[in-house]
Amino acid sequence: MAERSWSLAGALRGMFAKRTIDDETWDDLETALITADFGPAVTDAVIEELRAKVDRYRTTDPTDLQRMLRETIEERLARFDPTLKLTDRPAVVLVVGVNGVGKTTTIGKFARFLRGYDRTVVVGAADTFRAAAVEQLATWAERAGAQIVRPQQERQDPASVAFQAVEYAKSTGTEIVIIDTAGRLHTKGGLMDELSKIKRVVEKQAPIAEVLLVLDATTGQNGVAQAQAFIEHAGVTGLVLTKLDGSAKGGFVLSVQERTGLPIKLIGQGEAIGDLTGFTPHVFAQQLVG
Amino acid sequence: MATFGTLSDRLTETFKNLRTKGKLSASDVDGTVREIRRALLDADVSLDVVKQFTATVRERALGDEVNQALNPAQQVVQIVNEELVAILGGQQRRLEFAKNPPTVIMLAGLQGAGKTTLAGKLAKWLKKEGHTPILVAADLQRPNAVTQLQVVGDQAGVPVFAPEPGNGVGDPVRVAKDAVKQAERQQYDVVVIDTAGRLGIDAELMKQASDIRKATHPDEVLFVIDAMIGQDAVNTAKAFQEGVDFTGVVLTKLDGDARGGAALSIASVTGRPIIFASTGEGLDDFEPFHPDRMASRILDLGDILTLIEQAQGAFDEEEARQVAEKFATDSFTLDDFLKQMQQLRNMGSIKKMIGMLPGAGQMRQQLDQFDEKEIVRTEAIIQSMTPSERRNPKLLNGSRRLRIAKGSGMTVTEINQLITRFDQASKMMKTVAKGGVPNVPGMGPVPGAGYAGGRKQQQKKKGSRSGNPAKRAAENAAIASGTPATRGSADGSGFGLGGPKAEGGEDLAAVQKLFGRG
Repeated sequence: MAERSWSLAGALRGMFAKRTIDDETWDDLETALITADFGPAVTDAVIEELRAKVDRYRTTDPTDLQRMLRETIEERLARFDPTLKLTDRPAVVLVVGVNGVGKTTTIGKFARFLRGYDRTVVVGAADTFRAAAVEQLATWAERAGAQIVRPQQERQDPASVAFQAVEYAKSTGTEIVIIDTAGRLHTKGGLMDELSKIKRVVEKQAPIAEVLLVLDATTGQNGVAQAQAFIEHAGVTGLVLTKLDGSAKGGFVLSVQERTGLPIKLIGQGEAIGDLTGFTPHVFAQQLVG
Repeated sequence: MATFGTLSDRLTETFKNLRTKGKLSASDVDGTVREIRRALLDADVSLDVVKQFTATVRERALGDEVNQALNPAQQVVQIVNEELVAILGGQQRRLEFAKNPPTVIMLAGLQGAGKTTLAGKLAKWLKKEGHTPILVAADLQRPNAVTQLQVVGDQAGVPVFAPEPGNGVGDPVRVAKDAVKQAERQQYDVVVIDTAGRLGIDAELMKQASDIRKATHPDEVLFVIDAMIGQDAVNTAKAFQEGVDFTGVVLTKLDGDARGGAALSIASVTGRPIIFASTGEGLDDFEPFHPDRMASRILDLGDILTLIEQAQGAFDEEEARQVAEKFATDSFTLDDFLKQMQQLRNMGSIKKMIGMLPGAGQMRQQLDQFDEKEIVRTEAIIQSMTPSERRNPKLLNGSRRLRIAKGSGMTVTEINQLITRFDQASKMMKTVAKGGVPNVPGMGPVPGAGYAGGRKQQQKKKGSRSGNPAKRAAENAAIASGTPATRGSADGSGFGLGGPKAEGGEDLAAVQKLFGRG
């Protein structure tokens, strides 16, 4: 699966198989990076950096270039700390993002991930907007072996559901609370304010340990705009990149990371419950470049 | 994207030296094409499509078409726009219905593209058009997708065929097949099949989708895709074309601020028409696709024409001329000021107008901060004054101000602010108007003349202190109706809004110059 999905590596393979580095190599490299959604700005920066390195080391060997590319990407990814900080008890994790990026699925997988470390988990179904979102989360919670706090009535204020979830954790001594929120486009002022409210209300109970922004790997350059809006309104502390099992490479996270200073903390690679892993820059760069 | 600057900014920059030449050289065109390439990539148009597109533009721009034109810069933008619309709208069409009902419509796409929500919207729309649709829950994969469709169906007032509980249980092919039979029996004339989200590279699930297609012989297979998708749009679209051979495309989440370059990629790679656009979470946020709107969205050049039309309708030229005269003779009063403002409001929501301007993507936040009620408040203040006070603001002593504050429900400080701004504005305008600006009263800017634009920019600097969106709107309106920009500036600076930053104002004027409007 992993082999097939990371097709940037495939695109680059032909290029690195050549004998020398020539103009065509640079063109191909640019094409490959842009196709992987790195975006024109990061692509230009990476290529400039590589050209300088190639000049400095006077190499003409494409394998060197490949190594340098991997190092450059890894270096750029490793600038930020991907560790999840879940030391508070209860550790409250708020999950936010635009519609359809996979928030609920991620929460299911994340709950399982934490259960794997023997942590007790409760999920708060604060997505009271989308049809059947609560049921979807409940199914995931059951699969993951986590508790769930549901809204008591239709269209309940999401902030109150979040509040109750944290309250539940405090009273039962549950270690980790994960709160699902409704997907919202970052351009909707009112909905973004609602998110700020959820955050404020939860903080009355307990400090929020992590606010995770879920980004879909198929997203293009709009990812940066999304991240910026969510940082402003929800104080995002980390990124989750989902749907990496597709043919998209998620290169835009590099610009998101650089532009916002937010580390990627988790990556999702499938619809099964175990398809979520922590983020390691080395592995990511390795998979990306080959 | 904001950090890259908009295409209109960058094109304006490129065109700056170009206007005087009257002729485009190969290097001019190359510069322009480079900017367009970059802008298209920023908009997530796929690289291959970009290459092809820019090659065409370059070719046409170097042809005689441009060299003989009066305003070459304008022509380049036009070529770009024409090409965009041609690709996006070349094969535009409406939904096709079967001769013998039921019409079967199948939805397919990636996870999270918005298929289930779209199914509801489509059903509601069909119902409104006089059809009797039925929704089919063939997404048996995602937890509770079936429940979601049932809820959506309820909201749309459309029955849902859901024999299987979902969550991995049941055979979607059989469900789809049974649904069509059921529809025949119960006389539903349209069957909308919601399928599970799947990845383009997932062979097994693609086969399933293709089996559903074979089993139901749909009249339309709609490929649902998120407008925010990046370069992967092409691969995904190709995979779905091979897998289920869709007949049309639906673009979702267009209410976000993604430029939606994917639309261009998909339309040019697959040759399939984009039929619908989905623009919000409500079941009514759904409309037929407009290629021209999408074209301006991708390049962020804004819907200038609409804006100009609206503005032209609202502004009364005669009145405008009188005001300009009043500036010159120093008899501009708060009364006139009020009239100006009311005129501006006639143009409709200012927010909406600004939203149509180029570069508005960046201003979105400022737009949100811009409070239209501010105008109402200013109006209230002025209306609380006596006619003589309005004519002669110098009368306003402390006790009069207090009376006005009470009458308008504002504070004295706010009254003071308004008066100060009004003073500044009228003083400034007087200077400008007297400063021998050649086309002040009644004389519209000469079409295509860079002159008018240049002048405008100069004034902008003076007026940019307030720099609020309202002013820009006003200014534009002024330009559009062929009256001196002075008036617009006066309106704006008088609104008494603590202005957000005034970027984008200058290039607005420049872009307008570019379009040679006015």
